[in-house]
Amino acid sequence: MATRQTRTLARFMMAPSVILLLFWMIVPLAMTLWFSFQNYNLLNPGNVSFAGLFNYKFFYTDPAFFQSIWNTLAIVGGVLIITVIGGIALALLLDQPMFGQGFVRILVISPFFVMPPVAALVWKNMIMHPGYGVLADISRFFGLQPIDWFAQLPLISIIIIVAWQWLPFATLILLTALQSLDGEQKEAAEMDGASFVSRFWYLTLPHLARAITVVILIQTIFLLGVYAEILVTTNGGPGYASTNLPFLIYRTALLGYDVGGASAGGITAIILANIVAFFLMRAVGKNLDK
Amino acid sequence: MSRAVSTQTKFGWTIAAWLVALLIFFPILYTIITSFKTETEAIAGFDLIPSGTLQSYAEVEAQNSYFKFFVNSVILSVGSTLLALIVAIPAAWSMAFAPTNRTKDILMWMLSTKMMPAAAVLVPIYLLFRDAGLLDSRVGLTLMLMLINLPIVIWMLYTYFREIPGEILEASRMDGASLWNEIVYVLTPMAVPGIASTMLLNIILAWNEAFWTLRLTTTNAAPLTAFIASFSSPQGLFWAKLSAASTLAIAPILIMGWFSQRQLVRGLTFGAVK
Repeated sequence: MATRQTRTLARFMMAPSVILLLFWMIVPLAMTLWFSFQNYNLLNPGNVSFAGLFNYKFFYTDPAFFQSIWNTLAIVGGVLIITVIGGIALALLLDQPMFGQGFVRILVISPFFVMPPVAALVWKNMIMHPGYGVLADISRFFGLQPIDWFAQLPLISIIIIVAWQWLPFATLILLTALQSLDGEQKEAAEMDGASFVSRFWYLTLPHLARAITVVILIQTIFLLGVYAEILVTTNGGPGYASTNLPFLIYRTALLGYDVGGASAGGITAIILANIVAFFLMRAVGKNLDK
Repeated sequence: MSRAVSTQTKFGWTIAAWLVALLIFFPILYTIITSFKTETEAIAGFDLIPSGTLQSYAEVEAQNSYFKFFVNSVILSVGSTLLALIVAIPAAWSMAFAPTNRTKDILMWMLSTKMMPAAAVLVPIYLLFRDAGLLDSRVGLTLMLMLINLPIVIWMLYTYFREIPGEILEASRMDGASLWNEIVYVLTPMAVPGIASTMLLNIILAWNEAFWTLRLTTTNAAPLTAFIASFSSPQGLFWAKLSAASTLAIAPILIMGWFSQRQLVRGLTFGAVK
């Protein structure tokens, strides 16, 4: 029923969004790309010159670079493993008949709404502090030496904090998917004498497959950009032990004033994110056709 | 489920689920408890019973002017969400009701802008903001938060609008309703729930955004994320105060979040899981 008039109107209505997002996509991207080929230091802004591939060479030969790529992938991978496996287990648990299910759901989903600096500082001080933290109290109770989490296991500590923030998200989505599983199918399988394990493996898991994919892909986008949790706990240290790519870019740009080097890092981060985005778009796009 | 479950089994699951849930909720619970302790009590070892003092809450306001940051958080999150809605509602409306061959591509492209890592464009945004005098300004940050959440707002609205049956529009048109009447009397009442949940989720996302709010502000426009992050410097152990500030920072969003669980799933999976 689309007449020419409504088509014009539709285009007019979409224009602001499209123009804004186009601007948002192209301008910073073009600037980052441009800066990545320049010698540009904020301490010496009058002296800008073409650098060729120097910034990339500089960034890639920095030992911090490979460490940061590894740390970025370790955070993404570690958090994904914990949240997907934990999320499936929790979703299965919350799907059981119980009293006060609504309240339990509220408790479980809560960490997701806690802003990253609060989550990180609460864990750093009240839970993981080597002297006064709850974990130290527990260690001492059992007569063990308390762990100095952020000095001894900086990356693992950050993975634990971020996993705590994202576990509710995975749980909630997997639970929603679980509840759409056909009850009759489950009953039929039970009556045929299928064990819990085989019901889970052949019925529940395939049903959850798409939700798991969505959880993995969406979390990956956010996990590639973990920043505040590192800033307020370890500040990337000790050394570069907990510096991921976003944090290294921040450090190069705003603490090292090296615009060129940070931009080369930025382009690297964009390439990394694009690889992930490619798969996410396919998964979401497929769903759109239905 | 229609099957009868024995009360015993149900009790078993209840205990297991409550234990796990309390474990997950514990850091938040302990923060709330600690906020009612004195500083000495806060580092005196594990204790779930606070003395109930409100001293930390008073100090957070008196010494750190908490309220200023709170107001900034409200202005930034609500402002950026409203701005995003103004831009997004017409776009989502036209894509849902007058789709073309390219609608799907445009939607996918919009989503793809969300994938750009924030840190990757930190340098140009920082320089642009500096040159435009927008660093540490509420206007600048509101625009920024609006831009980063715009794709999600459009997507959420689109998935809600798409569920409004087109036949109703046709019927109202047959009855001679003008475009204006159609929007005001037919579409708006049906679209309000979707718009409301979109708004709720995006206020939460903007409130908790912790990259741009930390990097583009210093004092004037700084919201609660920056306020809390300032507690990370090792100036001493002010845990009761940190807990009070944290409790105040997360309480409004926690309550809003509890009401928007369903919308959260839908909004953050771009309609892929409902």
